[in-house]
Amino acid sequence: MSEARSNQHLLSVENLRVEFPTRRGTLVAVDRISFHIDEGEVLGVVGESGAGKSLTGAAIIGLLEPPGRVAEGNIVFDGERIDDIGYEKMRRLRGNQIAMIFQDPLTSLNPLFTVGRQLTETIRTHVSIDERKARVRAIELLNEVGIPAADRRVDQYPHEFSGGMRQRVVIALALAVNPRLIIADEPTTALDVSIQAQIITLLKRLCREHGTSVMLITHDMGVIAETADRVAVMYAGRIVEIGPVGDVIKRASHPYTRGLMNSIPVIRQDIEQLVQIDGSMPRLTDIPPGCAFNPRCPKVFETCRTERPELVDVGATKAACWLYDYARRPGAGSTT
Amino acid sequence: MLAYIVRRLLQSILVLIAVGFIAFSLFNFVGDPINNMVGVEATDAERDAARKRLGLDDPFPVQFARFAANAVQGNFGQSYRLSIPVETAIAERLPATLELVFVAAVMALAIGVPLGVYTGLHRDGAISRMLLTASLIGISLPTFLIGILLILVFSVWLGWLPSFGRGATVDLWGWETNLASWEGFKSIILPAVTLCLFQLTLLMRLVRAEMLEVLRADYIKFARARGLTNRAIHFGHALKNTLVPVITITGLQIGSLIAFAIITETVFQWPGMGLLFLQAIQFVDIPVMAAYLCLVAFIFVVINLVVDLLYYVIDPRLRLDRPGQVF
Ligand SMILES: Nc1ncnc2c1ncn2[C@@H]1O[C@H](COP(=O)(O)OP(=O)(O)OP(=O)(O)O)[C@@H](O)[C@H]1O
Ligand code: SF4
Ligand SMILES: [Mg+2]
Repeated sequence: MSEARSNQHLLSVENLRVEFPTRRGTLVAVDRISFHIDEGEVLGVVGESGAGKSLTGAAIIGLLEPPGRVAEGNIVFDGERIDDIGYEKMRRLRGNQIAMIFQDPLTSLNPLFTVGRQLTETIRTHVSIDERKARVRAIELLNEVGIPAADRRVDQYPHEFSGGMRQRVVIALALAVNPRLIIADEPTTALDVSIQAQIITLLKRLCREHGTSVMLITHDMGVIAETADRVAVMYAGRIVEIGPVGDVIKRASHPYTRGLMNSIPVIRQDIEQLVQIDGSMPRLTDIPPGCAFNPRCPKVFETCRTERPELVDVGATKAACWLYDYARRPGAGSTT
Repeated sequence: MLAYIVRRLLQSILVLIAVGFIAFSLFNFVGDPINNMVGVEATDAERDAARKRLGLDDPFPVQFARFAANAVQGNFGQSYRLSIPVETAIAERLPATLELVFVAAVMALAIGVPLGVYTGLHRDGAISRMLLTASLIGISLPTFLIGILLILVFSVWLGWLPSFGRGATVDLWGWETNLASWEGFKSIILPAVTLCLFQLTLLMRLVRAEMLEVLRADYIKFARARGLTNRAIHFGHALKNTLVPVITITGLQIGSLIAFAIITETVFQWPGMGLLFLQAIQFVDIPVMAAYLCLVAFIFVVINLVVDLLYYVIDPRLRLDRPGQVF
C-alpha cells in the first residue's frame, strides 16, 4: 500500500454525509459528496451561504460541533481513513498534517497570549524541541508571512496587530508545523478589500513553496480563478459540479454553475456575493426531491423533480445534472 | 496606566471620606454621645464641661476633621460598652474574622472554580446536573439555616467538630490563629463552610457560564484545529479567559463575606468583628460601630484596587493607554 502512495490522492472524500439530529427529524447538511485533493493542489470550493462548505471542512479536520456528525461515507488522508480514528489520533493530525483557517479569522487568536506563545505552543505540541528553538522558529515563521520586525513583534499581543497582520499570524500558525493540507475557510472575508489580495497571494505563495495542498472555500470567483487548480461548486449540501478551474469558469455545464458565473461582475474588485440566480437556496428542512436546484432551474424537466442526479463526466468537468444523462434528458438535440 | 491608578486611588479616597462622614454622623444622630459618657445624674454644667473637653461644641467641619485625623491613625476613641480603646477591641477581634473570611474565600475558590470548570466541560453529564441542582440549594438556603444544619449534623449527631467558638488557638507573634494546629482548624471548619457555601456556588455557576461562553469562541476552535491537547485548551486558553470576571466577582464577594460573617459569627459565636459589631449595635456603642464601618470600607477599597491591578496582569488589552475602552 505504501508504494502506491505516490500516485494516490492526498485527500479523498467519498460519499460524505453530515447530519444534525434535531427534534423535528434529521437535517442533512452535507449530502453524499465525493471529491479528492492531490498533493500540492488547490481545490476551490464555492457556493451560496449555507451550501455546506464550512461543514465539509470541519468534517475533514474532525471538528464538527455536536450534534453534527459524519453519518455516512469516509475520509481518507494519505492512504488512511481519518473519519473514525478517535479523538487523540485525530488531534495529532490536526495542525500537524491538516490545518484549518476559519471563517472570520480576526478572532482566531487568543487575546490573552502573545503571538509568540501561541506559535511556540503549536510547534511544541507537534515537534519535540525546547522553548528557545521553538521561539527561533516562531520568529522565522513571522518573517516568512511578512511581518516586519518579527523578533520584536513575537512578544506582542494580538490586539497590537492590524487585521491584515493578524491574518498573517493566523497563516503562520496554520503553517507552523508544515501541514500537508490547509483548509482555508473564507480566509479574507473579514479583511479590508485592499488587503484581501495580499493575503491570498501570500497564502498561495507559501503553499506553493511548501507543496501544501489547499482547500480554499470562498465566495470570490475572482480568487478562485487566480488561485485554484480545480473547483467544486456546492449547492444545498451537494457538489453539483467539479472540475478544472478554467473549464468550470468558462464552460460551466451545470445550470447552477452557469448562473453563478453570469453573476460575476466584469470588474473584479467589486465582487460581493454571488447570488444572482432567481430565488434562493432551499433551507435544509425543505430540500426538494430529485435535483435540489430544480425549483430555480431554467432547464428543469420531469426527471429532475423525482430523481437525484449523480455526478457524471461532462467534457473536462463532472456535473450532477440530468441534462447530461443522454438516456434521460427530454427529447434529442442540444440543450446547451 | 499610571494615570488610571492615580485616578482610582483618588476615587478610593473619596469613598473613604464619604463612609467616614457617615460613620461620624452616627455620633450626632444616634443619640447624644454625652449621655453615654457622663452618668445620668450629671448636672447640665458637668455636661457642658464634658462637651467642651471633648470638643463637641466646635463647629461641625472642625469636629469631622478631628474625627478623620484620628481615624486615619486608627484612633476611634473609647468603646462605651467595653471601656477600652476601640482599636484594642477591634485588634482583638480582627484576626478571627480575617481568618474566617480567608479560609472561606480559599474554600470557595479552591472548590468553586474546579467545579465550575468541570460542569462547564461536561455540561450534559449526570454529575454536572447533580452539582447544578445542589448549587441551587446553596444559593437559596439562608446562611443561618445552613449553619444550624451543619451544627446539627457535624456537632450534635456526629460529634466530629466543635459547634461554637474559636476553640484552641495558637498565638503567633501576637496574632491568635486557628490555622496553626489541627485542633484550632477543626473549630474554623464549620463556620468557614457555612460562610463560603453561597460564594462557592456562585463562583461555580459563574465559572461554568464563562467556560461555556469561552469554549464557543473562535480562538478555542482555532486552538483545536492546531491540534493542541484538551488540557492546554481547557486550562490554558479557556480558563484564563474566564479569569477576569472570576476575579471581579471574587473581589466583590470578599466584601460580602465580611458582611455575611456577621451572621455566621453569631450562629457560631465566633469572636470576630461581626459579633463585636452586633453587640455594639445592641448597646449603641457608636465608636465601635463607626470604626467597624470605616474598617470594612477600607477593606473594600483595598480589594477593589487589588482587583483592578490584577486585571492589568491578566488582560494585556487593558494595558493600553486608555483603559476602559476595551469593555
Ligand atoms: N449546529 C447546526 N445545527 C443545525 N444546522 C446547522 C448547524 N450548523 C450548520 N448548520 C446548517 O448547515 C448548513 C451548511 O452550513 P455551512 O456553515 O457549512 O455553510 P457554508 O456553505 O459554509 O455557508 P457560508 O458561506 O455562509 O459560510 C447551513 O444551512 C446551516 O444552517
Ligand atoms: S437536473 Fe434538472 S433541475 Fe437539476 S440542474 Fe439539471 S436540468 Fe436543472
Ligand atoms: Mg462557511
